[in-house]
Amino acid sequence: MRPALPLPRQAVRRRAKGQSAWVRLTLIGLALAFAALLLVLPLVTVFIEAFRGGLGKYISSLSERDALRAIGLTLTVISIVVPLNTLFGIAAAWAIAKYKFPGRSLLISLIELPLAVSPVISGLVFVLLFGRQGFLGPWLADHDLKIIFALPGIVLATAFVTFSYVARELTPVMQAQGQEEEEAALTLGANGLQIFWRVTLPGIKWGLLYGIIMCNARAMGEFGAVAVVSGHIRGLTTTVPLYVEMLYNEYNTVAAFASSSLLALLALVTLVLKSVLGRKKGAL
Amino acid sequence: MVTAPTRTRKIAARGSILPGFGLSLGFSLLYLSLLVLIPLGALVLKSAHLSPGEFWAVVSSPRVVASLQLSFGAAAIASLINVPFGLLLAWVLVRYDFPGKRLVDALIDLPFALPTAVAGITLTTLLAKNGWIGSLLEPIGIKVAYTQLGVGVALVFIGIPFVVRTVQPVLEELGHEVEEAALTLGASGWQTFQRVVFPLLIPALITGFSLAFARTIGEYGSVVFISGNLPFKTEIAPLLIVTKLQQFDYAGAAAIGVTMLAISLVLLLAINLVQARVARRLGE
Amino acid sequence: MRSILTLLTALVASLAFAQNVTLLNVSYDPTRELYTDLNAAFAKYWKDKTGQTVSFNQSHGGSGAQARAVIDGLEADVVTLALAYDIDQIADKGLLSTDWVKRLPYNSTPYTSTVVFLVRKGNPKAVKDWDDLIKPGIQVITPNPKTSGGARWNFLAAWGYAKRKLGGDEKAQEYVRALYKNVPVLDSGARGATTTFVERGIGDVLLAWENEAFLALKQFGSDKFEIVVPSVSILAEPPVAWVDKNVAKHGTLPVAQAYLNFLYSAQAQDLIGKNYYRPRLPSAAQKYAAQFPKINLFTLKQVFGTWRETQAKYFNDGGIFDKIYQPGQ
Repeated sequence: MRPALPLPRQAVRRRAKGQSAWVRLTLIGLALAFAALLLVLPLVTVFIEAFRGGLGKYISSLSERDALRAIGLTLTVISIVVPLNTLFGIAAAWAIAKYKFPGRSLLISLIELPLAVSPVISGLVFVLLFGRQGFLGPWLADHDLKIIFALPGIVLATAFVTFSYVARELTPVMQAQGQEEEEAALTLGANGLQIFWRVTLPGIKWGLLYGIIMCNARAMGEFGAVAVVSGHIRGLTTTVPLYVEMLYNEYNTVAAFASSSLLALLALVTLVLKSVLGRKKGAL
Repeated sequence: MVTAPTRTRKIAARGSILPGFGLSLGFSLLYLSLLVLIPLGALVLKSAHLSPGEFWAVVSSPRVVASLQLSFGAAAIASLINVPFGLLLAWVLVRYDFPGKRLVDALIDLPFALPTAVAGITLTTLLAKNGWIGSLLEPIGIKVAYTQLGVGVALVFIGIPFVVRTVQPVLEELGHEVEEAALTLGASGWQTFQRVVFPLLIPALITGFSLAFARTIGEYGSVVFISGNLPFKTEIAPLLIVTKLQQFDYAGAAAIGVTMLAISLVLLLAINLVQARVARRLGE
Repeated sequence: MRSILTLLTALVASLAFAQNVTLLNVSYDPTRELYTDLNAAFAKYWKDKTGQTVSFNQSHGGSGAQARAVIDGLEADVVTLALAYDIDQIADKGLLSTDWVKRLPYNSTPYTSTVVFLVRKGNPKAVKDWDDLIKPGIQVITPNPKTSGGARWNFLAAWGYAKRKLGGDEKAQEYVRALYKNVPVLDSGARGATTTFVERGIGDVLLAWENEAFLALKQFGSDKFEIVVPSVSILAEPPVAWVDKNVAKHGTLPVAQAYLNFLYSAQAQDLIGKNYYRPRLPSAAQKYAAQFPKINLFTLKQVFGTWRETQAKYFNDGGIFDKIYQPGQ
């Protein structure tokens, strides 16, 4: 069904779009307008509002004690959550990709579960488990352990929300990898760890990094789940997104946007990395 | 030393001789149970503290019903809006070249990378009476902030990446052969699109819609600032859960949470089924 | 990470030779600015006096919600809430001594306030007094009595007015029911209600703490809003207390006690007046007398009795508020 001579791509494109550059330009124009309004404008607004009080106010907002503590808390949380979820992601992807076992599809569905849960519910479940009136509440109180209104609660809620990202990213990559290389290494006498480190890892590294970036972005920015478990104590249990909310509710708009601009910068870095890694991943 | 028959049985069962099955699956299941299954179990258990009658009374009370209607309704409408615009963006990014294309492509993921609270305060600032866009719309009688329209805008923002990123790979796979074939048979550009290309995209569009829908149902951070939170008018279901928590009505909060979760799970199932069909269609 | 560890270490370390001590003050919603000033003043005072550095963590929210949070494990060293019942609740759970009221002067209330109306500039809906609030078409903003202390004072002020003016509790209940029919949304705290009224532009009149109304004028300009003083209002007495169990655990009892006693000092009372709270100390009260409108004030005791009785009758589950409030009609 092919034409006798292959048409040059340009001609096909032009033909495909109703013979004219008009249609093409209109579509591009519409798309760009939509993107500009919905994506670019908000992004730009964050920075404009952040610097509304001048550079001095921007810097002083960010160097306030509570701001620094919020940043510290966010960093602490991701330094626990991301490695844990990565470890899980690798383990789960390995189990799913390299073996067949009963309940495999169920496991895949269960891993996707947190993605369908509202962030507020993600926080709620931990309050129900560990809050003073929760199931383990009295036990925790007796042993003087604090989960809700403290770091562990925030870590748990954030881990729940970002649970799936690394696993979801890695599973298809490992599946595409197949098992031959690892089995070959096995016959050559390598043990499990060596197989993973020398054979599997190099093949999945871009996918792994991609998944880590996604997990990290979501973990840093999580709001609803953390709002429910944190107790909103300034300087103690406010992560940066919570701190932004607090400032905004206190009419301190400039400071709120100053902290937001940090998160927006991180978002931009994430986007760049995603773009770069996405291409590397596709190339493999 | 493992005897040959045992080894064969093991391979037959698991489909692979690679070591680490027990470790990877065991760890995965443990982590999954501790972090996801048990907390969700607590949710179900807590709502079971209510008798079926009480449960129904909570969930069917007018205010809860109104909030569920808003959360699901706004999510549906926003995701529906995202379908044509997402298709447009994906089309333009895959089929055409233009300056800034890489930038736009990277920016599509902004709603995903940007924390929801930052999105929330930014959109509110833009769309409030004295915001850049709000001040243009107010004189012609369109109020966006603190109305259901505002909720919709926030959800459109959140859902965009889901549609675009689902359609893009499908479009890329599609290639030009099919279109070329149709053109040589004398079809116009529009006919080609309508009869040939679009039907092939429908599965991906449905998937994209479902993903955006699932995500925006439970959305909290980006909506709670712009909505105004008036019961029966602009109060989303996650906020109602938070309100109940603040009044320490744990059982009521759990009841609403379970209801939302149940509906979300049905959707997740639907997504997986659609994805299976999409995969079969495209011959993955 | 290090700053959190330092904080934890400071909390756990013993009193006498610790260089740094931190107090967690769990307060009600509108007091952010007040305690920013008071905390700075006390830190300086304490440093000069003892050489020890005190820093503060503040938590703000609806008074009832905050009390429940403390009961749930929020480790407040001091609580500075909107009404006595909320502290009683904490005492009932054994976290603080049941004779807390007498531990500080004036029944542990270093400042008082009352309830006034905040309206848009020019008072377009001509709201003059309580009976204007039940007119059809008027939207009233007041927070949720289940979580907010200010909300309960608002409710009781309205009830007290109606009981006197209309004669008796039955008429008062009808009045308050009509009032809440005009309330479109209940925020969880007084500050949230202010945000709804001021920033979101919802409602015609805000029932506000007096200090919150003045603050709104200061923050947003007296060209946008004005205060309407009702014919009668309630004397609101927000109390303070240290939380015995927590200060024992943290080793912060001396500092906490000194902090709360400091609230009665001339310096603190001056800051209190400056922040639009009515000071207790006669000298400060006199200094700031002119800035506060003259209102006919009744006390809780005169009209309702004790807080325990009032809370049980009106605000607990199944109480009068639950019978009255049906949202969205």
